[in-house]
Order: sequence, then C-alpha cells, then structure tokens
Amino acid sequence: MTDIQYVAPSTLDEAVGAYAAAKGAARILAGGTDLLVQMRAGMVKPGLIVDIKKVAELSAIEKTPEGGFRIGAAVSGAVLEEHPTFGKVWPGVLEGLNLIGSTQVQGRASAGGNLCNGSPAADSIPGLVAAGAIATVQGPNGRRNIPVEQVPTGPGKTSLAPGEILVSFTLPPRPAHSSDAYLRMIPRTEMDIAVVGCAVSLTMDGDTCTAARVSLGAVAPTVLLVEDAAKALVLTKLDDASLDKAAAACSAACNPIDDKRGTIAYRTKVAGVLLKRTTAIAAERAKGG
Amino acid sequence: MAKMHITTTINGEPTEFLCEPYETMLDVLRDNLGMTGSKEGCGSGDCGACSVTLDDRLVCSCLMLAAEAEGHEIRTIEGMSEGEALHPLQQKFLETAALQCGICTPGVLVAADALLKKNPNPSETEVRYWLAGNLCRCTGYDKIVRAVLETAADLRGAAE
Ligand SMILES: Cc1cc2nc3c(=O)[nH]c(=O)nc-3n(C[C@H](O)[C@H](O)[C@H](O)COP(=O)(O)OP(=O)(O)OC[C@H]3O[C@@H](n4cnc5c(N)ncnc54)[C@H](O)[C@@H]3O)c2cc1C
Ligand code: FES
Ligand code: FES
Repeated sequence: MTDIQYVAPSTLDEAVGAYAAAKGAARILAGGTDLLVQMRAGMVKPGLIVDIKKVAELSAIEKTPEGGFRIGAAVSGAVLEEHPTFGKVWPGVLEGLNLIGSTQVQGRASAGGNLCNGSPAADSIPGLVAAGAIATVQGPNGRRNIPVEQVPTGPGKTSLAPGEILVSFTLPPRPAHSSDAYLRMIPRTEMDIAVVGCAVSLTMDGDTCTAARVSLGAVAPTVLLVEDAAKALVLTKLDDASLDKAAAACSAACNPIDDKRGTIAYRTKVAGVLLKRTTAIAAERAKGG
Repeated sequence: MAKMHITTTINGEPTEFLCEPYETMLDVLRDNLGMTGSKEGCGSGDCGACSVTLDDRLVCSCLMLAAEAEGHEIRTIEGMSEGEALHPLQQKFLETAALQCGICTPGVLVAADALLKKNPNPSETEVRYWLAGNLCRCTGYDKIVRAVLETAADLRGAAE
C-alpha cells in the first residue's frame, strides 16, 4: 500500500470526476466498515480513496415533495435512528440497518455501503427492497434511477457502471395503515451474519392486506424480491392458508449456499418460517399506525 | 507519496499530524501521537478495544482513516480523567474489579461513557446490547455490566 491517495471532495461532481478518472483503481469510502477491513486483509488495494461523506446530498435525510423520504447513500445507521420520524414510518428499514454490527459499526455503516459491497446477506437491503426504494446513481454520463433490487447482481457485484456513485435511496410516501418489519436468523443475537433475512412491507384495510412486498436476504446470490409471496398475501386476511402459501413461495424462491452457518435445507425452511413471523409483526404495526 | 497534513482536535486539544493516506486513526493515535490507551485487538471492527468518539459518536478507530479526522473532533481514553481525578466509570471499574488483564478496558470505558451521555438510565439489556461490540476475554462481562449500571445510578443520584 504505497501509491495510494485520499480525497474528500465536497461536491458530487468532483467525487464522480475523481472516481471516474481513476478508472477502476479507485474505491468509494462511506463508513469504511467493509472497505477498511478488505484493505487490511489485502483483498482490495485501491490507488485512490474517494471519501463521499463531505458531499451534502450523500449525508442528507430529506422529505420528498411527494411525502416520501430520501436518504443519502452515506447516512449511517446511528444517524438515521436519531431522525425524529423516519423510524415511525419505516421501522423495518431502520431495524435492518441497525442490525448491522455493533454500536461502533452502526456509527459508521451506511445502507449505501451495505448495498454496494454486494453481500447477499446485507441486512439493510431486504427492508429497502420491500419498501420499494429507488436508488439514484450518478456517473460520468449523468443520473439514473433504478429499483434497489436491480443493483446487486451477485456476491460482491453490482450493476453500477464504472465511475458511478450511489447517491441516495428514495422511499415512496406511505398510505395510512402501512408498516414493515425485518427479521434475520443468526446463530447469535448480535454481531453475526444472517443465515436468512426477511423483510415484509404491508398496507392493511381493517383485517385485509391491500398491498404487500416481500424480500429475502442470504438465500440466493443476491437479495430477492419475492413477488409470488406478496401475491399470496394481498387481498387476504393473512389467514393461515395464505401465510402457508406465501411461506411456500419464499422457500421456492431460495437458491442458497450450503455452509457451516446453515444448510440448503435449513435456509429454505427458515425462509418460510421467517416470512410468517415478519408478516405478523408488520401487520400488527400497520394496524396500529 | 507525500504524507498528508491533518488538522483536528483530540481530547479538546487542537492537534496536527502527518499520516499516510492509508493509515488508520488507531495507527496514528498509537504510533505517531503516543496515545497507546486505545488498543488493537483485531483491526477489523470486531473487538471494540480501539473505541473512540468522532464528533461524539462511538466508532472503531481501526475502521477509520486518520485522514478522516480532518476538521473533526476525536476523543480517546486519554481524555477521560480530569488530570489525576478519575472519571466515575474508571473509579467504579477499579472499585468493583470490572477488569482483569485490562486490554478491553479502555474501549469498554469509552463505549460506556458514550452510552451514559446518550442514555443516563439504561436497562441491563440496553447496556449489554450497547457493549456487544466490546469483547472481553477475561471478566465474563457481568462485572462490566454491573459497574456501568452502578455508575449510571450514582451519576443520576448526584444529578438530583
Ligand atoms: C464488526 C462488523 C460487523 C458487521 N456486521 C454486519 C451485519 O450484521 N450485517 C451486515 O449486513 N453487514 C455487516 N457488516 C458489514 C458492513 O458493516 C456493512 O456492509 C455496512 O453497511 C457497509 O457500509 P459502509 O458505509 O461502512 O461501507 P464502505 O466500507 O464505506 O463501503 C463498502 C463498499 O461499497 C462501496 N461503496 C460505498 N458507498 C458507495 C457509494 N455511495 N457508491 C458506490 N460505491 C460505494 C465501497 O467502495 C466499498 O467497496 C459488519 C462489519 C463489521 C466490521
Ligand atoms: S481493533 Fe478495532 S475493533 Fe478490534
Ligand atoms: S479484562 Fe481482559 S479482555 Fe477484558
């Protein structure tokens, strides 16, 4: 690690310019909780580190004119948790982000870094996918918006083009009686990697579910949007038969790895179990709100 | 490659240092600035022995580049006591033997102090979750958790 440079530009244009000019030799630095670990392990050897935290847009939490939220890609879990209303509207998104690591890690770790690092087990991503969040990306050729589920393309890989920086996540406005939840299955209760993660976002009308989105983590090469599970829930009273159907859809969507933390059979089964538990929490919250 | 010149504040003192762009805050604290209170247990964010605050937010100094300190404020274990007068957490840890080898202790104290500033009346569960990123190979955690809870109670009592 000798020929390495660090820059912390204050505008997005400068950041994109420096990042693109380095042609793949550069790395973006948000919270650094993946990047610094990887640099220390010798897995990545960037020639240039572009710290994006001084760019105002990447560190902002704003309300959109439509009544949704826009979260800068570099906002840490600790900062988002302190926001007065975000966690009331999107408790599931927040709990996913705040499951990342320890208090110390949460002080730095961002949803943008979690997404761009490309881990299939990234804890904050199922919540954002279930929320229907849109990622805004800016590169040398301008800006584009893509659904979050289209960003990861495989372990450690994303659909971001060379020189593109993730700018923000836009979450849609929430109808009344909507809420969400995220649960993960891990061998410990803290500081571990998800064996399965499940996020559910629901809108309720009395006892009837009128809209749903379901996302699974750690059961395939990327975080998944499970549309069949959502379909099984919509226009039902979340009765046992509907939940069984949605759980089966989750298990069917799984294409997991087999490792010491969980076998294929275990992960596949747990995906269905978590769907039921997560749906129950989201429904309870939605009826309350 | 030229070293970077960083201007920052450490434990309330305006501080300048030179560093390589890839050096961590922990490297600079320990090797350049002689502040060896922060420990390196893992270098990968798992153990919390390197805990410091950055603008009052608890972070691992091993996962922060020293260059990132530019214009910000760092607090370390060296800034915890007022001269010879120990911080109530430090005093309590001594009195209740909430440490054995002491390697984890600076990080635990910095983390516990950050907790009590945010939440003066934490439950035992809250203390355990807050300190989940501070590993201790010796004490079994119980004495640490109790020392934090007792200090919190003392400080609340003193504030009344
Ligand atoms: C002790 C410990 C425990 C952890 N526990 C968990 C856990 O429980 N669950 C979990 O999901 N993760 C966990 N992680 C991993 C990590 O903390 C998360 O992935 C975190 O969200 C990364 O965010 P960051 O801001 O620190 O990213 P960085 O490390 O700054 O960046 C990560 C990667 O994304 C790229 N990048 C970052 N931001 C952008 C952007 N805006 N545009 C383009 N590229 C970008 C970087 O170049 C880098 O390659 C843990 C890490 C540690 C050290
Ligand atoms: S040395 Fe930083 S967390 Fe272990
Ligand atoms: S006292 Fe030895 S590691 Fe905690």
